[in-house]
Amino acid sequence: MEERIIIAGFGGQGVMAMGQLLTYAGMIEDKKVSWLPSYGPEMRGGTANCSVIISDEAVGSPVVIDSTAAIVMNRPSLDKFENLVIPNGRLLINSSLIDREATRDDIEIYYIPANEIADSIGNSRVANMVMLGAYLEAVEPVKVESILEAFTKVFGENRAHLLPINKEALEKGAEAARKQKEAIV
Amino acid sequence: MAKVLMKGNEAIGAAAIKAGCKYFFGYPITPQSELPEYMSRELPKVGGIFLQAESEVAAINMVYGAAGAGERVMTSSSSPGISLKQEGITYIAGAELPCLIVNIMRGGPGLGSIQPSQTDYFQATRGGGNGDYRLVVLAPADVQELVDLIIEGFDIADQYRNPVMILGDGMIGQMMEPVEFTTPKQRELSEKDWATVGTGGKRNPNIINSLYIDPESLEKHNIKLQEKYKIIKENEVKVESYNIEDADVVIAAYGTTARIAKTAISKLEKEGYKVGLIRPISLWPYPYDEFNKISDRCKGILTVEMNSGQMVDDVKIAVDGRFPVSFYGRTGGMVPTPDAIIERVKEIYGGEK
Repeated sequence: MEERIIIAGFGGQGVMAMGQLLTYAGMIEDKKVSWLPSYGPEMRGGTANCSVIISDEAVGSPVVIDSTAAIVMNRPSLDKFENLVIPNGRLLINSSLIDREATRDDIEIYYIPANEIADSIGNSRVANMVMLGAYLEAVEPVKVESILEAFTKVFGENRAHLLPINKEALEKGAEAARKQKEAIV
Repeated sequence: MAKVLMKGNEAIGAAAIKAGCKYFFGYPITPQSELPEYMSRELPKVGGIFLQAESEVAAINMVYGAAGAGERVMTSSSSPGISLKQEGITYIAGAELPCLIVNIMRGGPGLGSIQPSQTDYFQATRGGGNGDYRLVVLAPADVQELVDLIIEGFDIADQYRNPVMILGDGMIGQMMEPVEFTTPKQRELSEKDWATVGTGGKRNPNIINSLYIDPESLEKHNIKLQEKYKIIKENEVKVESYNIEDADVVIAAYGTTARIAKTAISKLEKEGYKVGLIRPISLWPYPYDEFNKISDRCKGILTVEMNSGQMVDDVKIAVDGRFPVSFYGRTGGMVPTPDAIIERVKEIYGGEK
C-alpha cells in the first residue's frame, strides 16, 4: 500500500495541518511517512499545498507528482491538481468554494460541501477536518482513532479542548463521503 | 524515546542540543529559518545561548570565538549566507577548531531562489574560502539520518579539531518525517586542553590563530593539516550502496536526490532493469573506493544532482575511465522527477535490456 496525497487550498484553510495529522497518524500506525510542504513567498490567502506519503515501504521521493488522492479546498487547487491524480485515484472537492465540476471520468470524485457542513456544526474553521473525514472514509489509509491521537501531538495539549468539535467535523465529513461512496462503488 | 514527527530544520536543532551544543550564532534565511527559530526557543532552556548576529560574517566569527573557548557551537544558513561565511570558515579550519556548519542549499548563483538545490557541492567539498583546507561534508537523505549525522558530526569535529558541514537542501529542511533520538555512539574524545579558557595563572596562554608570518612554520602547519586530512580520509568515509555488483547501470546521487533515484530504481526493477545506486553520505572524504565494486558488465554511471553536474568530477575520478559517466540534473530550485531519471537510464541501456 502506498498513498500519495496532495492537499491544497489557500493559506489559512488548514491544508498543512490536515497533512500533518495524516502523516502523524500514519506514523502512529507504524507506516513509513513523509510530509512535504510547498514553500515560497506565501501568505494568508495565497496558495498552499503539501504532499503526504503513507506507505508500507520506505519513502523514496517525497514529492508527489502522481497522486493516489487529491484533496482540493479551492478552485485554483482543483485546476492545478486534478490532472495529477492517477487513474482510479480519488479526488475530493470542497464544493462549498469550488463552482465547477471535475472533468475526469477515470477517477472517483467526491463533492463535499465542507464549509457548509462546518458552519452547520458551529465552527467554519473545521472545514479542513470535514474534508479530512471525507478522505478517511473514501480511502481508509489510517484509522480515525489515529488521527484523534495525533491531534494533540500536532496542535499541542493546550488545544485538547477543541478535540470534540474536530471529531464531529471528521464524522460529518465521513458521513457525506459515505453516501457518495455507496453511489460510486 | 518514541518516534516523533519533525521538520528537518527543527530536527537539526533538537539533535544539536542532544549532542551538547550550547551556542548558536546565525542570521535568518529561507529555507532554514525554522532552525534559528527553534534554537532561539530551545537553547535558553538548556542554559545555552542563541544569538542572532548582525550578519552572516559576524555569526561565523562568533562561532570562531566560542569554538576557541572549547564549546560545542554551530551556525546554519542557506547558500548565499554560507558564501558570506567562507572567510570565517577558512580561519576556523586554519586555526583547527571544531564546529558544525549547516547549509540548507537553495538555487543559485547569487541570491538565486529559495527552492531546493545542491549547487554548493563544489563550495563545500573544494573549499569556498582560501587556503589548503578541508571540511568534513556530510549529506543526509532523510530526517533520521540528518539527526544522526548532526550528533555524530559534533564528535567528528571535536575528534579532528575540524569544522564539519552538514549539506542538505530546502527539501530536507522543510519536510517532516518520523525521527527517534537514540543515544549516539560516543567517540573517545580527548580533553580540549588547547581551548582559551583562562590560564588561572598556572600555565602559558593557549593561542588560537591562523596567521603564520614565517613561511617555514606555515608550511609545517600545512603539512600537519594534510596529515590530519589523510587520517580523516582513511576513517570517515560514509556511503550507502545498493546492488552495484549486479547492475547494468549505476546511479550516483546524494541527499534528497538519492531518494528520487531510489524511486526511479524500484520502478525500473519492475520493468526488469538492473540498476544500482551509490549514495555518498560523506561528500568529503569522498567514497571513491566504493566505485571499484561495480561489476565490469556495467554500461555506465548516471550522476543525478540538483545542479549542473558538480559531483561528476568526483565520479570520474572514482571510476578512472572504467565506465562512461553521464549526468542528469535540474537547477534553479527545480527537482528531478523519477520518470526523467528512468528515461536517462534507458538511454544508457541503449534500447536493449
